[in-house]
Amino acid sequence: MNGSFLDPAPRLADRRFDALVVGASAGGVQAMLELFATLPASYRLPVVVVLHLPEERHSRLAEVFQARVALRVKEAEDKETLSPGVLYFAAPGYHLSIEQDHSFSFSREEPFHFSRPSIDFLFESAADVYGEALAGLLLTGANDDGAAGLAWIKRRGGLTLVQDPADAQVPTMPQAALARHRPDFILPLRAMPSVLAQLDAAPC
Amino acid sequence: MPDRDIEIELRLLIEAIYLKYSYDFRDYSGASLKRRVLHALTQFDCKTISALQERVIHEPQAFMQLLQYLTIPVSEMFRDPSYFLALRQQVIPVLRTYPSLKIWIAGCSTGEEVYSMAILLKEEGLLDRSILYATDINPHSLEKARQGIFSLDNIRGYTENYQKAGGRQSLSDYYIAAYDGALFDKALRERMTFADHSLATDSVFAETHLISCRNVLIYFNKKLQNRAFGLFHESLCHRGFLGLGSKESLDFSNYAQRFEAVQRQERIFRKL
Ligand SMILES: C[S@@+](CC[C@H](N)C(=O)[O-])C[C@H]1O[C@@H](n2cnc3c(N)ncnc32)[C@H](O)[C@@H]1O
Repeated sequence: MNGSFLDPAPRLADRRFDALVVGASAGGVQAMLELFATLPASYRLPVVVVLHLPEERHSRLAEVFQARVALRVKEAEDKETLSPGVLYFAAPGYHLSIEQDHSFSFSREEPFHFSRPSIDFLFESAADVYGEALAGLLLTGANDDGAAGLAWIKRRGGLTLVQDPADAQVPTMPQAALARHRPDFILPLRAMPSVLAQLDAAPC
Repeated sequence: MPDRDIEIELRLLIEAIYLKYSYDFRDYSGASLKRRVLHALTQFDCKTISALQERVIHEPQAFMQLLQYLTIPVSEMFRDPSYFLALRQQVIPVLRTYPSLKIWIAGCSTGEEVYSMAILLKEEGLLDRSILYATDINPHSLEKARQGIFSLDNIRGYTENYQKAGGRQSLSDYYIAAYDGALFDKALRERMTFADHSLATDSVFAETHLISCRNVLIYFNKKLQNRAFGLFHESLCHRGFLGLGSKESLDFSNYAQRFEAVQRQERIFRKL
């Protein structure tokens, strides 16, 4: 199977999604630039991203993406309330979580999987808040971060998407996710835009 | 454990801690608190948060141990050197105009921040007329802070930070190697007062000219953060200064209009 929908393809039309969380490490910038460039400025969901990067390159992320995507892009701030249609990047050096009141919170616990921010921390906290209304996407990457978090999203009723390892620049992260749980979609990058677009379509 | 049970047990644990020990974690940010408690479970060899609660209620020692997980006692000397450099360049000149100074380091943890501040004041010739209040809720951390001994392993990094922060001498002028650590000069400590004080439950204890509260408020929810800002606003003298951690701000609080930025990048504000 090369990057097809899992069988049976999950029905998205009658579900409502309120947030999308995304994780990646090595190869992630390129993959995300390609993917997020397809989202329209009118996209309703907040999109929250943890991308592992060396700290000095991190701070320019929002700038680099803003030049290429239609959504508003910014670095998430502690205590900021999530807004629809904004693409948020986690700040370097801090774990990023989402609280029950739909605001961000930062913390400085030890790095997890050698990473701070950790994808797992974002995914798990978001799943606790949004439950079924959360979609989680794990892309190319070189470590295990995000695998447990994505499984937790699924367990809380959310929708999970994993980049097809064969399509990923570095397959370790998607492979780790597939070893933990059976996601709703395993897709190559080029097939993702249509699914992300469907997340935005409100149920009748 | 079913997910809903975890939420219930967590709330009961926090409530139990409050009732039994008067430590109030009820308005801390939930996500990080939950992770820290779940992490503590494995360290305590407890299967459930309820099991941990039983131990915490009946064994004060266990509570003290748990407190180490709940409070994140990590710090550094001259953490974010540019912050201390900005204090030196933009705040010190104003502080110099006061005949005596009171400075509050809120959430001082194991003391690295208050020793950094004392060194800065000394180099600016202000230490002799300053009192530094260093407060925290973790008695173990406060005890360590009182001793002023920091691990030699970290000194190299601290020395680098000190230089980037505009240090005028050599950091080694301020400590001697002893007890497997760097023991900092008693003269610095003489100007410090350490106290158990909670931003969640206690009130203002002094009028101050500068408050530095770094990497504490991220662990509070908005309500508790507002409480802390209220204390700071009340404690600060007319036009007093407030310094926060590098990712903390007043923007999402009720106090945004009651302070002005002196150096937004370094999170240094001034009471309006
Ligand atoms: C991460 S440390 C910050 C240490 C230092 N300020 C720095 O930036 O390096 C956070 C500290 O806040 C303290 N703290 C937590 N809750 C507090 C409260 N309610 N009142 C005062 N201090 C608190 C913790 O005990 C801990 O020592």
